[in-house]
Amino acid sequence: MNIVAFSGALELGFLYGLVALGVYLSFRVLDFPDLTVDGSFPLGAAVGAALIIKGIPPLIATGLAAGAGAIAGLCTATLNVKFKILNLLASILTMIALYSINLRIMGRPNLPLLNQPTVFQPINNFMQSWPEPIPTFGNTILLATIALITKLILDWFLQSEIGLAMRATGANPAMARSQGISTSAMVMLGMAIANGLAAFAGALFAQLNGGADVGMGIGTIIFGLAAVIGGETLFSRLSIVQATIGAIVGSILYRIVIAIALQADVLGIQSQDLNLVTAVLVTIALVLPNKLRIKH
Amino acid sequence: MISLNGIQITFNPRTALEKTALNNVSLTIPEGQFVTVIGSNGAGKSTLLNVLSGEIRSDFGTVKIGDLDVTPWNTARRAKLVARVFQNPLMGSCADLTIEENLALAAKRGMPRMMKSALNKSFRSYCQTQLASLGLGLETRLGDRMGLLSGGQRQAVSLLMCTLASNQILLLDEHTAALDPKTAEYVMKLTDRMVRDRKLTTLMVTHSMKQALVWGDRTIMLHEGQIIFDLSGEARSKLTVSDLLQQFEQLQGNQVSDDALLLG
Ligand SMILES: Nc1ncnc2c1ncn2[C@@H]1O[C@H](COP(=O)(O)OP(=O)(O)OP(=O)(O)O)[C@@H](O)[C@H]1O
Ligand SMILES: [Mg+2]
Repeated sequence: MNIVAFSGALELGFLYGLVALGVYLSFRVLDFPDLTVDGSFPLGAAVGAALIIKGIPPLIATGLAAGAGAIAGLCTATLNVKFKILNLLASILTMIALYSINLRIMGRPNLPLLNQPTVFQPINNFMQSWPEPIPTFGNTILLATIALITKLILDWFLQSEIGLAMRATGANPAMARSQGISTSAMVMLGMAIANGLAAFAGALFAQLNGGADVGMGIGTIIFGLAAVIGGETLFSRLSIVQATIGAIVGSILYRIVIAIALQADVLGIQSQDLNLVTAVLVTIALVLPNKLRIKH
Repeated sequence: MISLNGIQITFNPRTALEKTALNNVSLTIPEGQFVTVIGSNGAGKSTLLNVLSGEIRSDFGTVKIGDLDVTPWNTARRAKLVARVFQNPLMGSCADLTIEENLALAAKRGMPRMMKSALNKSFRSYCQTQLASLGLGLETRLGDRMGLLSGGQRQAVSLLMCTLASNQILLLDEHTAALDPKTAEYVMKLTDRMVRDRKLTTLMVTHSMKQALVWGDRTIMLHEGQIIFDLSGEARSKLTVSDLLQQFEQLQGNQVSDDALLLG
């Protein structure tokens, strides 16, 4: 693998690491299988790109995009806790609705960000004159910093009083209620954060890849899940701190494996086979730990 | 004080599975009274506690705790008034959280939760003294996952969790059933001390006739969703375990086969 492909894999790894942190929150902490992220990731990209084109500073555009994702998460949570729609179904409903909404926001199926300012520009300009290969890793450094800071904030949050309440809500809702925890409020908050993170990642993705595309969200949930589950296999006993770093490392490993598979032309895998490969990898990751446990 | 008025609970109404679990139950318990609740399986004991905690809402009737009419309140809102130990030892705590995290959750029962660290050094040492008071050697295992404890240990910790924040009423659903005899006796003493010290209005469900008579100030028996028997004071102190067993036999119309089980 050449250095450009490697830095590209790292960029995507850290970027989808943000999605994985969100998926960890919804899937693992809240026990809420949330497919909304397939819609909130492109939502973040669409909102971010549309605002940047309108002349809004990239940083603010990215923040607003994350806010839009949080609202999408609130929609799913509301469908579930207020209207008692099954969690998985509630998330699919929001995801489907977001497809139309994203088209509306973009005004067309894709929105290129040609010659527009991005959050990546300052760091790239700053590193331009540095010796190679540092400039190649400019985006990676920024994304790694963002992912790690997000991880640290999430760690701290999950060990706060509210975070503990959220974990209890996912682990034992009846117990949580009996301790005075409003489980509805916790699901709303958690889903808002999870989808806010996905949309945040989407907005960054649009700026990294030069635009938003309505189809870019397909499989987001599976990439996130692959990272979370992959990360879990790295540690035996899982604390919060380990689970969140596992999610990011899992995401990076996944991207590197994919990059190697694509580059080395093993088994003739091409980019259109990516989702199939991912599905197989996730299935293996889901089944394997159980099989191993039975043997012991 | 607890006052239930005309409580009616029907599960799966208007279906083939329709089941009346509580049938027009009214009950007043003065402040600080310790009531033991007996009755055969399916009599409606757990349902009665669930109505008080808010986990099940009554179709009819009112629920009052102290001077407050809490009928429309949900479980979370009632939590500042109500502490409980569930019948199922797995229900009262989170298996994936550590012992100290479970205690931290309980220490904030019914109180606003903040964005500040749930655990700190002083809380840990507080946990240690509290756990030591259980006498089960759990004070050295603060960081262990709750799921690693045995059912009995978890139930004892659940009881401890009821004491960490203030409450007016305490609901205990066969909270010693999963404990060995020695620990059960110990936990019962602990319960009694806690109820007396904090003047808690208490309902304790038990299948042990002896426990029902030895502890508390009043005994009620539920049968098919109704209170068929309510004794306190002298009438209760004269009552023996065999009197109670006779009651059971009459109700069920057949001999209770395993007296030893009930005498336990
Ligand atoms: N959620 C529910 N749905 C349907 N029926 C229920 C439900 N909960 C309880 N019941 C029924 O209501 C009746 C009373 O149940 P409850 O749990 O209160 O009994 P109990 O007196 O606590 O019995 P045990 O001593 O076995 O714990 C039983 O017939 C039970 O099957
Ligand atoms: Mg019961």
